[in-house]
Amino acid sequence: MQLSRRQFFKVAAGGLTGSSLVAMGFSPTAALAEVRTFKLARTTETRNTCPYCSVGCGIIMYSLGDGAKNAHAEIIHIEGDPDHPVNRGTLCPKGAGLLDFVHSKNRLKFPEVREPGSKEWKRIGWDEAFGRIAKLIKEDRDANFIAKNADGVTVNRWLSTGFLAASASSNESGYITHKVVRSLGMLAFDNQARV
Amino acid sequence: MTNHWTDIKNADVILIMGGNAAEAHPCGFKWVTEAKAKNKARLVVVDPRFTRSAALADLYAPIRTGTDIAFLGGVINYLITNDKVHMDYIKSYTDISFLVKEEFAFADGFFTGYDADKRKYDKASWEYQMGEDGYVKTDPSLQDPHCVWNLMKAHFSRYTPDVVEQICGTPKAKFLQVAELLASSHTPDRVMTILYALGWTQHSVGSQIIRTAAMMQLLLGNIGRAGGGVNALRGHSNIQGLTDLGLLSNLLPGYMTLPGEKETDYEQYIAKRAPKPMRPGQMSYWQNYGKFHVSLMKAWYGAAATKENNWAFDYLPKLDKTYDVLQVFELMHQGKMNGYVAQGFNPLNSFPNKAKVGAALSKLKFLVIIDPLATETSEFWQNHGEFNDVDPAKIQTTVFRLPSTCFAEEDGAIINSGRWLQWHWKGAEPPGEAKGDPEIMAGIFLRLREMYKKDGGAFPDPILNLTWPYKVPHEPSAEELAKEYNGKTFADQLDSKDPTKVVKKAGELLDSFAQLKDDGSTASGCWIFTGAWTEKGNMMARRDNADPYQNGQTLGWAFAWPANRRILYNRAAADPSGKPWDPKRKQVWWDGAQGKWVGSDVPDFKVDSAPEDGMSPFIMNPEGVARFFARGMMNEGPFPEHYEPFETPIGINPMHPNNPKATSNPAARVFKGDMEAFGKAKEFPYAATTYRLTEHFHYWTKHVESNAIIQPEQFVEIGEALAAEKGIKAGDKVKVSSNRGYIKAVAVVTKRIQPLKVDGKIVHHVGIPLHWGFKGVAKNGFITNTLTPFVGDGNTQTPEFKSFLVNVEKA
Repeated sequence: MQLSRRQFFKVAAGGLTGSSLVAMGFSPTAALAEVRTFKLARTTETRNTCPYCSVGCGIIMYSLGDGAKNAHAEIIHIEGDPDHPVNRGTLCPKGAGLLDFVHSKNRLKFPEVREPGSKEWKRIGWDEAFGRIAKLIKEDRDANFIAKNADGVTVNRWLSTGFLAASASSNESGYITHKVVRSLGMLAFDNQARV
Repeated sequence: MTNHWTDIKNADVILIMGGNAAEAHPCGFKWVTEAKAKNKARLVVVDPRFTRSAALADLYAPIRTGTDIAFLGGVINYLITNDKVHMDYIKSYTDISFLVKEEFAFADGFFTGYDADKRKYDKASWEYQMGEDGYVKTDPSLQDPHCVWNLMKAHFSRYTPDVVEQICGTPKAKFLQVAELLASSHTPDRVMTILYALGWTQHSVGSQIIRTAAMMQLLLGNIGRAGGGVNALRGHSNIQGLTDLGLLSNLLPGYMTLPGEKETDYEQYIAKRAPKPMRPGQMSYWQNYGKFHVSLMKAWYGAAATKENNWAFDYLPKLDKTYDVLQVFELMHQGKMNGYVAQGFNPLNSFPNKAKVGAALSKLKFLVIIDPLATETSEFWQNHGEFNDVDPAKIQTTVFRLPSTCFAEEDGAIINSGRWLQWHWKGAEPPGEAKGDPEIMAGIFLRLREMYKKDGGAFPDPILNLTWPYKVPHEPSAEELAKEYNGKTFADQLDSKDPTKVVKKAGELLDSFAQLKDDGSTASGCWIFTGAWTEKGNMMARRDNADPYQNGQTLGWAFAWPANRRILYNRAAADPSGKPWDPKRKQVWWDGAQGKWVGSDVPDFKVDSAPEDGMSPFIMNPEGVARFFARGMMNEGPFPEHYEPFETPIGINPMHPNNPKATSNPAARVFKGDMEAFGKAKEFPYAATTYRLTEHFHYWTKHVESNAIIQPEQFVEIGEALAAEKGIKAGDKVKVSSNRGYIKAVAVVTKRIQPLKVDGKIVHHVGIPLHWGFKGVAKNGFITNTLTPFVGDGNTQTPEFKSFLVNVEKA
């Protein structure tokens, strides 16, 4: 699996360009102008999985930037992964539009707060956001934590704050979310699997 | 899925019901067309609408929404009365010979033990007769009137083809054609698969619909077999993973469960979940529960979880009831909740009765939204005209909105419906200041822990002792977290046969959950994922798509839980003597020379247990066999029974016309006020159902330009007959209302929805795609869950989005 189908195509396409130039009477060394290459040929390919339904189609993301620390990667194309045993390179109308999801103008960019009674958002920093949220959580937990029930049995639960987790997030996000949420004693906890 | 996407190609018959794979899971549906093309498979679609899946079917049957148990119950009756069951399979691999307590009965719509005031059953009689040897009594001759086989036969004998037509509106001749085709898979050389989705789960009897389907598949001998199984096509890309990881009110990772408040004794908590075998020679794999549980607590609490403190048992919150989302929003609506966090979740759109959900959110002190997109929930407080008519000045909730990364900007694994954990890689930086979810969780948690360390507070122990071994504490990496859920050993593990050999050195990652211990010497955050990241590397990132047996199992592609097994219960693909039921389908079989189970898949069995040992294939069940009789595990009964949706277009349950208390699920939980908010057919005469379109994904793609262009505007589908009756033309704006609110949308008048004759009267369906809202780049529209009822399935509390009543008029 060292040479993937796509890498093979890249090599083959390069060979084809060279040989057709020769066929047209040019010697490659004597060529004066370079033939324009496909833009995708200079991109970085990254394997990913479609985040929509549960088929789990393999995708390839093509980004500008060569991975250098000071180069800003930008995804310019997404297509199906032909090596993937389920989708074999195909994508549906949803998956085919993934690039526009990544670059949607409704992507959130900064932490914001809407204060009680206000009509608008206000941009804040992460530090302020984390600090205020942690304080609100602690106040509520300390005020409403139930260490023992009416029968005096230790129950260590907290019911007045809840959490909904995301079923499009990764296993690793889900795992650390569960770990943190349960450590607080929270029971009002679900994900999309409930609905 | 018991099986997986590529495996669909091995089927001879495919039933799509309660789903629409061609439109909702298009690239998985390709394996249906592959089976048709290469395997001469026949596709059957049963649906209220003639969907695009139906358009490719060999046989399509219409059905009234919410009546699937009657339809499938009719098939079960057909199989039994026409002797179309795989008798050798069910005799050896199911509970048909088990004897049930003599006092168990079913009459007038209720099983024994019903308490109408509490809307609950006392399930004491829903159990087996136990022998003096401690095992369940059986009658292999199947003569005893109390054996499961005879009870089941009697129960389903009422579901005749005429009753199916009366309840479902499916013409009898059409139903019989479907039943005959499904029945053709009862022979060992033919296999049927079932593909279903939220069209089965989102009903007040959803779990029982799926049970009925599983029973049908068992009768046909189709469980554990390539091309068979009961296959849930899940709705989101990692809803499987989050379920496996237990992010639900009552669960812990790996399908372990939280203790209830009556389970204060640790030993009893474990013992109840680690049942002894109920028949001789059976495995009852959950006997290992203690090993999985202790390893989880070691992963979470490390040195603070000790044998002396019962592995930090007090750190786990104890349930008094399940806090599912309907329960939580009921409490929120009563003003009993103060805070709420929605991480990649849009409850204003996704939960039933939008008016109630919006009013509930307005009573919160604080709401935190973590999302890549600007969701409606994050702006529930903002006035968006008719779509969200609220006064911000009156809403005192503080709302935080935190930008998170999307799939393209992170490393990690997600799990498809086929239980494949597939790793993906980051391709670019997120926009602006967006952060990954682990970073956001760490950001909040580390500050909270600092405050508890400094100031103390309510029971700080689990917060202070939570393991946090990440190299950059505020940014745990996907690799670190994946290794943590995989698990490791703290001590050298010795070979059980030769104790001079060390098989695992202290500190090493584990290969299998069989290596987990209950003495505190191992840690694993999710036992079913053990093997996903071992000392050999990241198994989820494997990309070898070789398929040597040409049956689609690709064992070298990614990692499937459990233990890289591709088809669950695959021991049942071989007969009791260990030979494949069908020699053409090479799955797993007993190799006498090697003394072990071998094959094209990882055997789902004790690998060295010879067929003559008599161990049965369903190793997770203490019985060793599959259950037709669910004992006390379902809330509304051990056998499925048809009950009407809570909003029924015919007003009675034709199975029990004289018992109004058995019209709808007698054991479903209904909150005060919600019962009154159910509509009646007199005012809201049409059966409505909601669904996805192929051009959109839920409420995300209205933010995506290309999808917004191909499907820009909200619409509803109504049949030609109803349109003519109402004077509605294609393209007219219509108002669709339920007892909870209304939406307005463009009418699509279609032949795809035909009126059905149900219980002597005509029932029209209204089809409502769900993708619009007041945020996005598509044309703004109404939230469809304005219409849906606030009631859930009797077991899972999944809301009844798929069957409710509406009226339609020209807007």
